[in-house]
Amino acid sequence: MTWKWVKWPVYHLCVAALAILMLYPVLWMLFSSFKESRTIFSTSGRLFPAEWIWNNYVTGWQGISGYSFGRYIYNSLVLVVIATIGAVISSSLVAFGFARLKFVGRNLWFALMMVTLMLPHDVVLVPQYIIFTKLGWLNTILPIVVPAFFGMPFFIFLMIQFIRTIPSELDEAATIDGCGKFRLYLQIIMPLLKSSLATAAIFSFYWRWEDLLGPVLYLNSPEKYTVSMALKMFLDSESTSNWGGMFAMSIVSLVPVILVFFLFQKQIVEGMSTSGLKG
Amino acid sequence: MTGYAFISPFIIGFLAFTLIPMFVSLYLSFTSYNLFTPPRWVGLDNFEKMFTADPKYWNSVKVTFLYVVIGVPFRLMFALFIAMLLNTKSRMVGTYRTLYYLPSIIGGSVAVSIMWRNIFSNEGVINTLLGALGAQPVQWFGDPNAALVMLIALSVWQFGSSMLIFLAGLKNIPYEMYEASSVDGAGPVRKFFSITLPLLSPIILFNLIMQTISAFMTFVPAYIISKGEGGPMDGTMLYSLYLFRQAFMFNNMGYASAMAWVMLIMIAILTAVLFMTSKFWVFYETERGR
Repeated sequence: MTWKWVKWPVYHLCVAALAILMLYPVLWMLFSSFKESRTIFSTSGRLFPAEWIWNNYVTGWQGISGYSFGRYIYNSLVLVVIATIGAVISSSLVAFGFARLKFVGRNLWFALMMVTLMLPHDVVLVPQYIIFTKLGWLNTILPIVVPAFFGMPFFIFLMIQFIRTIPSELDEAATIDGCGKFRLYLQIIMPLLKSSLATAAIFSFYWRWEDLLGPVLYLNSPEKYTVSMALKMFLDSESTSNWGGMFAMSIVSLVPVILVFFLFQKQIVEGMSTSGLKG
Repeated sequence: MTGYAFISPFIIGFLAFTLIPMFVSLYLSFTSYNLFTPPRWVGLDNFEKMFTADPKYWNSVKVTFLYVVIGVPFRLMFALFIAMLLNTKSRMVGTYRTLYYLPSIIGGSVAVSIMWRNIFSNEGVINTLLGALGAQPVQWFGDPNAALVMLIALSVWQFGSSMLIFLAGLKNIPYEMYEASSVDGAGPVRKFFSITLPLLSPIILFNLIMQTISAFMTFVPAYIISKGEGGPMDGTMLYSLYLFRQAFMFNNMGYASAMAWVMLIMIAILTAVLFMTSKFWVFYETERGR
């Protein structure tokens, strides 16, 4: 009888302790952002600051290279929003085509899409850079956002899987009523696809927000830098030892990510367990 | 033809951003090209240099293989362990699942790489902890092996997505199978090896392939942790980082393209090997009722 009583508390204690251990680095950064820069490392064994310094957020927000951190957040947001809209719309169009329409060569294109999904990005990195340079797109967000408008294989795959669960009788009924293919996509399938569109949008948000390679390659004036690039600049100017400011802005950069995560966690966790192709 | 209208964004994008660039990359891999003067055909020189005259290249291959071969199994074992821990009917499981997944969702960000760099710094949390345990502090940025361990630790820490996939797989194993084996007197270890592992093996294969491919292409953590230099002593010079440096620091576009193609071939071989060995250890449900 004793084991049953002991088992659950012990279980929860262990799992919770392990979870805290896992999250400790994040907590450490969070609380370090409230410590005085000079004391962050001398007190790294202690989690909580002796004295709460809010000033790190002020100095960090002043940014680097003459632009405030708000500027970098704005740049990131513009990029993320445009790319996400493009990715979601184009991917859903393509997914509808693959899942609901029969045409010669469909299997071939589908196979090509699946291969693209696994293709290491490094193979196209250099030629893409050359192409975008020749187009004069350097130092604009075009190389980063334009490709999103041509469908992202991961999202296309995600949506195809979802559309397949929608009964095809729906299509037939709509077609008999005189509904064309585009209206079928727009008015019948799209509304049913909402949760899938949301999942794609969330992941698009994450990857764009966190993307570093795109900005490193294509953006070269600080006024256009994204949050990732701003953090990288903080790191590069480590000699100034504005540790507190750097940690504070690191936390700020994570706020939208964590916020979206907790708002949509059910959707994200489900989407991940069923497809699980990334991360 | 309407079908083509719908998938045309993909077709155009595929041609413009994947297929044509791949041909360009293939061509460039046989040239010497620095962006400013036209590419000059050099035949197999890039490959020859890579395999025979560039110790840094071999070092990046070695570091990447260590990173993949050590990191991925650890990551998956950890993921499976936590998934099994969370495969209970407790009401808190949803919360735990979220907490354990959180590091993976923020994992790709620069902020997390910066944090990692700092908890491993000389006076960072890890060394303070080691000190408290009576161990010598480790110079994580002074020793190439220690630096690689730090990088692997970061990848293991982000086991969340594999965990979720394992969790979904574990939920599909019928509870009756465990009950039946209990009746037959099987202990937990026996149950793990004769029920859980075989029934989970297709998912293990899936995770293994996806994680191997993505680990092979890891870039951001190595770039941030080493401030783009792959140090100390090239200890964190992952393949992608070395390729990036060849292309965009030294303007060796031809050499970088050759590296990219070798990477593609290596990934293809690795994936093929995993698939081929899988028939010896992956257990498909359909075979069960034989």
